[in-house]
Amino acid sequence: MRITCPICGERDRREFTYRGAALGAPALEAGIEAWHAQVHLRLNPAGSLAELWHHEMGCGAWVQVTRNTATHEMLGSVLAEDADLAMPAPETEVEP
Amino acid sequence: MDDLSAKSPCEGLLPATVGGFTLREEPPTTLTLIAPYAGQEAALSAAMDAAHGLAFPAPNRTTGSGEARAVWFGRRQAVLMGPDAQPGLAAHAALTDISDGWAVVRLDGDRAEDVLARLVPVDLRPRVFQPGHTARTELRHMMASLTRVSAKSFQIMVFRSFAETLVHDVKTAMEAVAARG
Repeated sequence: MRITCPICGERDRREFTYRGAALGAPALEAGIEAWHAQVHLRLNPAGSLAELWHHEMGCGAWVQVTRNTATHEMLGSVLAEDADLAMPAPETEVEP
Repeated sequence: MDDLSAKSPCEGLLPATVGGFTLREEPPTTLTLIAPYAGQEAALSAAMDAAHGLAFPAPNRTTGSGEARAVWFGRRQAVLMGPDAQPGLAAHAALTDISDGWAVVRLDGDRAEDVLARLVPVDLRPRVFQPGHTARTELRHMMASLTRVSAKSFQIMVFRSFAETLVHDVKTAMEAVAARG
């Protein structure tokens, strides 16, 4: 399988390590059901899936890869920081 | 007090010649990791040009030649090889002396890319990976920096603690390619 790194270009899978599905994080105060879904519930589609890979042996970037899980076709690749996955800021200040 | 003596990473291991391939250690030099602060890339590149006559390299590329070179070394990182980094660069980037941390070797020979093709999952054919091109990649299971310095030679860098493994793996590949004639 070949994975496209937005910085390095198309590279062998061996250079990457896998994180899992690319999920936006719920707000800290979102409640137990939202966090249960975040931690445990996955769709496991036979098709397009957005997931996070770390280009560990390459440039060190975290990459959101969209991949067809049935064929390993690369459908898209973007830096994780540009993928809008950041946890929303808490509405109240957290005590230091 | 103990009498400490400097020892290069590959001392006693290199040089090695097999067939038309030679692997040798590069003379020890100053290596400075340069990581630009946010928004400082252009100012850093201009400061590097003024101080050392080279720009901050684009991804997968090197700049400079001879005594002073800058090798792209990962996301928003480059390593300056040769001169001591001018202290003024610290206004634009984090500077880290990594001179003692890396083993730097050079593989020379016609079709040296055939040796590395056994070790590295990157297309190194001359029309794709040209002089001045570099890659952070995996060499066997080691994090490596690989640079084509000329048509017939590559610079290979791995962590210093991997020096003996690097020499073993590259020599084994040299022997295998040479045996094919």
